[in-house]
Amino acid sequence: MDQNQIEAIVQAVLTELKKKEAAPSAAPAPVQPPTAISGQSAKTNALIIDLPDPTTPEVRNAVGVEHPMDMEGLLNLKSTTPARIGSGRAGPRPRTQSWLLFQADHGVTQDAIYGEVKQEILDQFGLFTVQTQVKDKAEYLLRPDLGRLLTPEAKMLIEQKCVKKPQVQIVVGDGLSAAAINNNLPQIFPVIKQGLEASGISMGTPFFIKFARVGVINDVNTVIGADVVVILIGERPGLGVADALSAYMGWRPGPGKTDAQRDVICMITNNGGLNPLEAGAFVVELIKKILKNQASGVELKLKTSEETPEHPPSDVL
Amino acid sequence: MLLRTKLFGKTYEFGGIKELLAKANEEKSGDRQAGIAAASMTERVAAKFVLAELPLWALYENPAVPYEEDEVTRVIHDQVNLTIYNEIKDWTVGELREWIMKDTTTPQMIRRASNGFTAEMVAAVTKLMSNMDLIYGASKVRVTAHCANTIGLPGTLASRNQPNHPTDSVEGIRATIYEGLSYGSGDSVIGINPVDDSLGSVMRLLDMTYDVIQKWEIPTQNCLLAHVTTQMDAMKRGAPVGMVFQSLAGSQKGNESFGVDVGMLDEAYEMAKKYAWTAGPNYMYFETGQGSELSADAHHGADQLVMEARCYSLAKRYHPFQVNTVVGFIGPEYLYDSVQITRAGLEDHFMGKLYGIPMGVDACYTNHAKATQNDIENLAVLLTSAGCNYFMGVPLGDDVMLSYQCTSFHDAASLRQLLGLRPLPEFEAWMESLGLMKDGKLTEKAGDASFFLQK
Repeated sequence: MDQNQIEAIVQAVLTELKKKEAAPSAAPAPVQPPTAISGQSAKTNALIIDLPDPTTPEVRNAVGVEHPMDMEGLLNLKSTTPARIGSGRAGPRPRTQSWLLFQADHGVTQDAIYGEVKQEILDQFGLFTVQTQVKDKAEYLLRPDLGRLLTPEAKMLIEQKCVKKPQVQIVVGDGLSAAAINNNLPQIFPVIKQGLEASGISMGTPFFIKFARVGVINDVNTVIGADVVVILIGERPGLGVADALSAYMGWRPGPGKTDAQRDVICMITNNGGLNPLEAGAFVVELIKKILKNQASGVELKLKTSEETPEHPPSDVL
Repeated sequence: MLLRTKLFGKTYEFGGIKELLAKANEEKSGDRQAGIAAASMTERVAAKFVLAELPLWALYENPAVPYEEDEVTRVIHDQVNLTIYNEIKDWTVGELREWIMKDTTTPQMIRRASNGFTAEMVAAVTKLMSNMDLIYGASKVRVTAHCANTIGLPGTLASRNQPNHPTDSVEGIRATIYEGLSYGSGDSVIGINPVDDSLGSVMRLLDMTYDVIQKWEIPTQNCLLAHVTTQMDAMKRGAPVGMVFQSLAGSQKGNESFGVDVGMLDEAYEMAKKYAWTAGPNYMYFETGQGSELSADAHHGADQLVMEARCYSLAKRYHPFQVNTVVGFIGPEYLYDSVQITRAGLEDHFMGKLYGIPMGVDACYTNHAKATQNDIENLAVLLTSAGCNYFMGVPLGDDVMLSYQCTSFHDAASLRQLLGLRPLPEFEAWMESLGLMKDGKLTEKAGDASFFLQK
């Protein structure tokens, strides 16, 4: 194809496009030209979008099915499960509201995972900060093993600042949710502290561990030598519940100890979980039980016939 | 043995077949965590060049775990058809790739050849495939199976109705089953992941799902994805089991971490044949996923693709009705982001099909992986083009018990309408008879769980 031919084709296409622009709709009715494109028209000024929060239970529980066969029955079905049923459809696709709500719920999990624990929360409880061998968030997600090991500097700082061989050592770890610490620590921490004091149990110097996995309590205890180490750590966020905290604890943790030798109270959150005040009391009770039996995890289960308030340990932490 | 090539003037040498396979694998965070991944992109391609020249017999003779040490290896090798193996053993991996792609190679020829493969051969050829190779290659192989209905026929796409509930509420699970059925989800199975693995709880849910199936005369099967021993106990007590489920790993040690071994699985299979209420002859349901062996320290230095391929060979022993990889469930330390999850989903599906397994995929992700719902919607479209037998169906993709996200009831309907596919034939006829579907599309009545409150 030579240059002339190409130009001819381009010209023909441009002419065709101009024709289309001149006649934007099939109906030849005169169309009002846009009077203002500066965004200053009275109509634009009068436009107000001011939405209520779509994450409230009332909005979440709304039925999206347009003409259900049995509206009351559908509401009853919805009330039996937190699953997103009765949301309706646009053709085979979800309705706009429910799709956006899903994205909001996913968004909040991402903000929790990639967020930071607030310094003022740590200051409030006088927690100093040490770091695991993980360098950044990406490495934290890729290398769980490094999240279980403290740096030499961290160990030195702990050595300097902490009381040794207390009965109970509490540490706080960001884990997979900064929001879990930010939202729950102010409530759970004082309850645990006061509960231990009231029971005459000695508590070591608490501190914060950045980029922590649960297993870091083994490394912590090589320096501290406590009878029980508790880590309050952010759980992997679930959709819409981004701030759940877990309290893992073990009897004399050390190298080689696994989740099987730990106890856990999980799903601590004000958003549809165990509320942090109540959870704090449970943590104290569980600590007492571990101290009394000098065992945790499977071994504790064997020593005590009764069930502990325990859930299967999460393998992601 | 010498495994070596030059690339851009530089020499790359590989110490053994296991190392070569690992380095030829596409980028996976799990292989990196295990310390066996290629150090650079060029080293990876160098490994692929060498792998392409490797004869299949070398893979047959060098399994990831020795025959004497591992019962999964014994299952794999004992089920190889030696007549077919002898026909193909001198092919190189590169030749195998081209043979699969050739227009003259029919689906029947691939199904026959699969009886001569070992897992290491299946994994090796997968490593030479591009994503579209994986889609195209898998699309050539349709694998059908029958339990209460027929899965895997060309032109169909099934959906597992996965009505999980955080406390196993019978009412809550039933409500989600109704929701899914009203969208056409449930033809692959009504399959529940229970929170409580106890016999009482499992039997209660088996009874409820069976009642729904009987009441509405639904041509499908039920399954409780509890530990296989719990399901065996339930069968002994007369519970209505449609299919028997178990998670599989690619090594004996990996299966030990799941609390199963080949003897136990053999027994479960025999019991399913004896006690399942469904017609059969395919009674088993398995789930797999890259990285589970590494997470149990049971990978024996092999990469996660090789270990995954071994799961499919083990599954094949039991003539399953359905097998799916739960591809993004394991987390970013094994599959970091949507690129790796997408790749692994396509690989797993291809490997299962190449082995002759009725393969579906749980296209999914967790919140700490670098992925979104958009990414698994993409993956579902790719896999549907590849002829995937089924996906999971969960209300809006949000599993409120397993805390991960996967494909939705809406997605099942959308993929069918988008790509001109139908539910499984028995199930489609049932949907039509209720007026929930017509000519392959949902009707006005569909998408309304309260439809099922009439009876």
